[in-house]
Formats: sequence, C-alpha cells, structure tokens
Amino acid sequence: MAWVNAIIQGILTGGLYALFACGLSLMFGVMKVVNLAHGDLAVVAGYIAIGVITVTHVPVLWSFVIVVPIMAVLGYVLQRTLIQSALDRSVLTTLLVTFGLSVVIENGLLQFFTANSRGIGANLALVTGAFTIGSQISIAYLLLLIFAVAVAVLLGLQYFLSRSKYGRLIRAVADDKEAAQLAGADYRHVFGIAAAVAFATVALGGIAFGMYSDLDPTTGTDTILLFAFAAVVIGGLGSLWGTLLGGIAFGMYSDLDPTTGTDTILLFAFAAVVIGGLGSLWGTLLGGIVLGVAQQIGAQINISDELLAGYIVFLIVLVLRPQGLISRGVQSS
Amino acid sequence: MSASAASGNEVRGDRAADGTPLLEVRDLVVHHGQLMALDAISLRVLPGEVYAIIGANGAGKSTLLRTIAGLHHPTSGSVLYDGKDVTGLRPERRATQGIVMVPEGRRLFGSLSVEENLKVGATYARQGPWTMERVYEMFGWMRERRNQPTAQLSGGEQQAVAIGRALVANPRVLMLDELSLGLAPVVVQRIYGMLPQILGTGLTVLLVEQDVSQALRVASHIQCLLEGRTTLEGKPSDVTADQVEAAYFGLAGTAASPAGEESEA
Repeated sequence: MAWVNAIIQGILTGGLYALFACGLSLMFGVMKVVNLAHGDLAVVAGYIAIGVITVTHVPVLWSFVIVVPIMAVLGYVLQRTLIQSALDRSVLTTLLVTFGLSVVIENGLLQFFTANSRGIGANLALVTGAFTIGSQISIAYLLLLIFAVAVAVLLGLQYFLSRSKYGRLIRAVADDKEAAQLAGADYRHVFGIAAAVAFATVALGGIAFGMYSDLDPTTGTDTILLFAFAAVVIGGLGSLWGTLLGGIAFGMYSDLDPTTGTDTILLFAFAAVVIGGLGSLWGTLLGGIVLGVAQQIGAQINISDELLAGYIVFLIVLVLRPQGLISRGVQSS
Repeated sequence: MSASAASGNEVRGDRAADGTPLLEVRDLVVHHGQLMALDAISLRVLPGEVYAIIGANGAGKSTLLRTIAGLHHPTSGSVLYDGKDVTGLRPERRATQGIVMVPEGRRLFGSLSVEENLKVGATYARQGPWTMERVYEMFGWMRERRNQPTAQLSGGEQQAVAIGRALVANPRVLMLDELSLGLAPVVVQRIYGMLPQILGTGLTVLLVEQDVSQALRVASHIQCLLEGRTTLEGKPSDVTADQVEAAYFGLAGTAASPAGEESEA
C-alpha cells in the first residue's frame, strides 16, 4: 500500500512540475529561448501573490486573478525589450541574458524580502487538509487541486494554440518567422503574446508552489527551474545534438568540484539538452508525472534518495529514448 | 529622395512615358556581407502588367525580390510603392500595404493544415476580391483537402497553397519567386495557366524565373540580370532569342561585364 501511495503522490506532484514546465516548453518551442529565469519568475509571481493577499485581502485562491495578468504583461514587455534584443544578436545571447535576469531577480528578492521563506495561505484548510482512502493513502486537497489546474492549463493551451487566431500565428511563426512576416504578421508581437501566455502559466506555477511548499529567493533556480527542465526533457524533445551537448555538459558537471557553482553547470546541462527540440504539451504533463513518481518511489526506499531517483529516471530516458516519451509538435492535431 | 526625376533616364525605351509605375526600384545596391549582390538595379512595374526578372543562378533575382519585400536592407537606392518611399518599412508593413511575395521554396507553415495556412495569410488582409472561398474555387482539389497537413501535398499542390496564402491577403503587387523550382514541367504549365485568372482581379505581378521560355511566354516586360546588373530589358516581342541568350550568359556584345567563370548554367 505504501508503494501505491508513493505512486499516487508522485502523479499528483507531477501536475505541479508540468505547471512549471509548460511555459518553459512554450517559450522554447516558439522563440527558441531557454528561459533560465523561468523559476525565478515563478518565485516573483509567488511574492506578488503574497503582496496582493496582504494588501487587498482577496481570498488566497483568487489571488491568481490579479497575479496572472500582471505576469502576462510582464512577459510581453520582457519579451519585446530584453529578450528580443538578445534574440536579435543570437540564440546563445538569450541564455546569457536570461541567466543574468535570474541572478538579478534572485538578489533583488534577497535584498527586499530577506532570505526568510514564506508560504502562501499556510493556515488554510485547503492547504493543510487531506482525505484518506483506506488506511495508508492520504491525498492532500491542495495537490489534487494543483493537478486539476495543471490539466486545465494544458487543455486551455492546446485549445488556444489549435483554435485561436493568435495560437495559429504562434505556430506559424514557430514554423517560419520569415514566411509569417510575408503574410503580414509582426513576429515580435507574436513572440510577445507567446511570452505573455508562458508567463501566465509561470504565475500559476509560482502561486501553486508557494501553497505547496515555501518560497524563498533561491527556490526559483534550485527547485522550480530544475524540475521544469527535467519534466520537459523526460516528456519529449527531439534532437541528437541536444543529447550530445547535454551529455558533455553532464560530464563536465561530474568532473568538477561539486562546490564550484554546481547549480549553474547543472542548469546549463539541462539547458543544453533542451536546445534542439521541443516537448509536446502532453509530453510535459507525462514528464512531470514520471518525475514525480520516481521521486516519491525513491523517497519510499530512502528519504535521501528522493531527488536522486528523479535524476536517474531523467538519465535513463535520455539514454534510451532521447527524443522523450512523446516527441515533437506544439499542437497535437 | 531628392533626385527623384533624374533616375528615369536609366530606363531604356519608352517606358518612362507609359504612365505612373505602381512599383519602382531606383538604383538599388544590396550587399551580402562583402559581396555585392545587386549593383544599381532599377525597374518600373506598371499597374496590371506581368513583369519578369530572368537570369542564371546567382544573378541576384531572388535578392531583388526579397529586398522589395523588405527582407534585405539595401546599401543604397530606394523602393517606391504607389509613389511612396517604402525602403525603410518592415516586411510585414509592406505586406499589409499590398506588396506580397510567394517565397522561393514555397515556405508553407509545416505544422499547419492547408486551411490554417490560408487563414494566416488572411489574418492581416487588405480589403479586396480574394477570399479563401475564391481560392478554393480556383484550385478545385483544395477544399476537400483543406484539413490535411501541407507535408502530405505534392510540390505543385504546395505551390498552389503558397499562392493561395498570398492571394487571400489581397495584394496589389504579387511577387512570385521561382514558381517552377523543383516542379515537373506539366505542373509548372498548370500553375502559370492560372495567371490570367489572377490578373483578371486587377493584380500586378512581378516574377522571378530561371525558366526563360516560361517567363517569355507569360510576361509583358522582361528584365535580365547577370551578376547583379541589368543586361537586357524590353517587351518579349521586341527581343530576339540571341539577345536573351547573350544577356543570360553574359556573352560578348552585351552591356554586361566580361563573361567570367559562370560555371552553373
């Protein structure tokens, strides 16, 4: 029964990871931007939510109504300014720029909010409550809610991409930027829209994580970004070169003294793996679930194996099925 | 743009007297890095005509169309459309104002269906006679296969979708870049056979073609490029086959530079 419980918990946690990963996947798929500030922006969204709740006294769950539009606008503006100007130079420049953005955000948060961690709605019954099935399986309301939100977000994204005017333009621009220009579309504006959508999902991810766990200024890079990358990669993407780069970067990581900026190198390893392919939306969910289940099963064996188990699965997928469990395609059609 | 009237004297023959051009290119110089791709090219496209640019590989034909579309920035010279200077305009703004190009190699959106490709073309369309319905009428097979991904179409069918995608934008100037590339002669014939229908709606066509006989057949005016310079221009009926051959390959007796090592035919 303990194993069944671990699997169920893992699947539900996977919803959270998919929520982290879908924005990352969307931005990579459309703009070829690996947003290394992805996790930090989720933390920013979490802090905005805390601020909004404190100041306006809106119910915790409704904070997203304010935070999501704020993040969407921020996404559009960041894309049209900072990220676009980096893209105009080269795709690699976007790695440097978003990495810089990540450092600035993290230190900015440390400066203004200190290193203390905070949660969102920690005293809510929804956040602390759970129901039990049988004697061993306990399901947290919050995790169930987050999973449902993740599925709803992915369904919404799929509908948006396949049916709406801007979704169609986003896919067209992802296919061929120049041909889209010849059809009268300003691809920079379309990129902005895609970033706005991605940041909206980031906002949900940040709020969800703030309720699930605690936020502190380093959560973004240490936790959210790593899990997002792992989920994207396991879920599916499609390039041998990316795998090779990832392998090389991973080799570098293991050879280096673990105290010298391991976070950074590990991040770049994941980034390198992501370059060259794009996971499908549902692959992202599957990737999140696989990662979550692996971690829970690892924790079941030994509590210290939780993260390790996740990365072992990540590596196995990379070796046996480098294109991911579900490969390619923004839309499912 | 001060020397506007003066550049007319570059155009040979009586073209300057034929009326106001819809599209005009003046002394266009374009570089690809250090390499000069176009060396002071000028042309005047009159409303309603089919203007064909011919020339061998690397003559600068596609560069010329892409510069008019706004995809390349000229080193000097200007592009005028409907009397206005559009040289500094972004490609998407030129498209929405009515200069629409069917790019070389078709460049369809691969993850989109036939209909979605047309819808993207129609998103920023001007007012005009062309609708998706009309495109479906012109290419009978297309309606039934509108939900198929474009990868499942043959080369000729893909070219038809690319033309349809441009038409639904309701261009005033339709630019066609190497329609015949990679297509069987029969298919090329069929696609060029559509041209009268397209012209019937009041469009002006500027096309680039390597297949000289095809270009001579459909064009009302031709201009031959060689290594970025104009070597011949005139009405197809006014030029002889020998003249065209000489201009195309840069043989002696033309205004072109010395023949050079033109290895590709």
